[in-house]
Amino acid sequence: MIHFENVTKTYPNQSRPALESVNLDVEKGEFVFLVGPSGSGKSTFLRLILREERPSEGRIYVAGRDLARLTNWKVPQLRRRIGCVFQDFRLLPAKNVYQNIAFALEVIGKPRRFIRKVVPEVIDLVGLEGKGERMPDELSGGEQQRVAMARAFVNRPMILLADEPTGNIDPATSIGIMKVLDRINRTGTTVVMATHDAAIVDSMRKRVIELEYGKVVRDQSRGVYGQAY
Amino acid sequence: MRAQFVFGEVWVGLRRNLTMTAALIVVVAISLSLLGTGLLFVKQVDHTRSLWQSRLQLSVYLCSAVNPDPNCAKNGPVTKSEMSQIESTLNNLPQVVHYTYMSQAQAFQQAKQLFHNEPVMLSFVQPGDLPASFQVKMKNAQADAVPVTDALLGQPGVDSVGDDSAILTKFYQLLDGARNAVIVVAIILIVAAILLVANTIRLSAFNRRRETAIMRLVGASNFYVQLPFLVEGMIAGLFGWLIATALLAGAQAGLDGLQQYFPFPVQLSTTDLVEVVLVTMLIGLALCGSTSFLTLRRYLRV
Repeated sequence: MIHFENVTKTYPNQSRPALESVNLDVEKGEFVFLVGPSGSGKSTFLRLILREERPSEGRIYVAGRDLARLTNWKVPQLRRRIGCVFQDFRLLPAKNVYQNIAFALEVIGKPRRFIRKVVPEVIDLVGLEGKGERMPDELSGGEQQRVAMARAFVNRPMILLADEPTGNIDPATSIGIMKVLDRINRTGTTVVMATHDAAIVDSMRKRVIELEYGKVVRDQSRGVYGQAY
Repeated sequence: MRAQFVFGEVWVGLRRNLTMTAALIVVVAISLSLLGTGLLFVKQVDHTRSLWQSRLQLSVYLCSAVNPDPNCAKNGPVTKSEMSQIESTLNNLPQVVHYTYMSQAQAFQQAKQLFHNEPVMLSFVQPGDLPASFQVKMKNAQADAVPVTDALLGQPGVDSVGDDSAILTKFYQLLDGARNAVIVVAIILIVAAILLVANTIRLSAFNRRRETAIMRLVGASNFYVQLPFLVEGMIAGLFGWLIATALLAGAQAGLDGLQQYFPFPVQLSTTDLVEVVLVTMLIGLALCGSTSFLTLRRYLRV
């Protein structure tokens, strides 16, 4: 599903690469934690998958597409197959829960009938039954993140990228968020989650990729947050 | 394509920076109407010019017995052979369309007609006083006057060559000057309008950066992301143009009011107005559309 081949990314005016010679594969339906200290290259990794950045060297394949060959024109099509969740939720404050989720479908030109059908389904899936009319500022952080996940998932992407989705949420609520991510993963969606949350990584026992100074220093199936050795 | 969604976004965008939009509409309206006035002016000048052009001719005055000019004093009045010499020159000049001979008697008759209200003037003029002349019509009265004059002056029997268009040159300069002034001001305003469009769109893009960020993230096509802004710019341009159209109709009436100062018809037709209004619409839409588009390319990259 995601294939990195000797990928190096150096930002302009920086001597040290943000990612250096990264080789890895993420299969369809996998759940992967991306761990590592700040500045280790986690965000760069996610941005490269979204093609918000292009690698300085190496090749990246996402959902069978060679990103180097992907024209700007086709980038939106790639992004329709990738859902994204962020630490800061990124909801539209002037739209309610339903409208926030529907927005993601409206802007890719989905018919209204389709939107009316799938948005309530996904609201249920993330556990926000009956809260479709609420505005974002009437929701708790955990609930807002659920809305963000619903928006990311409503178009049934093949890949869900989560950049520290529990970063702004207390540990008890985080468990609920992880349950939703797990539910999404069980539908066959590949999930890549960058996180600092050791407790979550340890409890899930999923594949863990650790980055340090832009290099993959550990890649373990059923891993934990800290060093395993 | 979901038109309702796009127009919803446009409406939100226009409402959010209402003052900017209002300023934009006003500047577009004024610059377009000034430009249109300039274009109407051009048409007016063209009409006047072509009207005169068809009437302009050269008068080749021939020496008469009483003429004191040095050319004539030397040779005396024009002779038959000199006249046929002049006629053959006229026949050989490619610029000459046709010419007519006006004898001294005919010139006297014409003078009598022109001054029939002023018997005092007439009493000074005797039948032999006015010179005979060739009235020469040229293909292009303005451009051909100089070569034809040059060919004829100095020929034996020719006293002088009078060019009607010389009188009109001053008048044309005045009209051209006024037209140029209007167009220069219009161009300055159009530059201001372009900057204002760019700023409005930039502000709009900034106001809606959250929405556009999400649109890009969920894979909205560039077209979809940019269209609301583009339409926003175009709508402002369109409103500006509507106001400009009203102002232009007024300007046309004003220009037609000048009619009373001319003893000939130079009225602008409604066709002229419609033509100018359409041209300003195209300019307005192109201006707003392309500026929006270029601004967006800068501020809404994929």
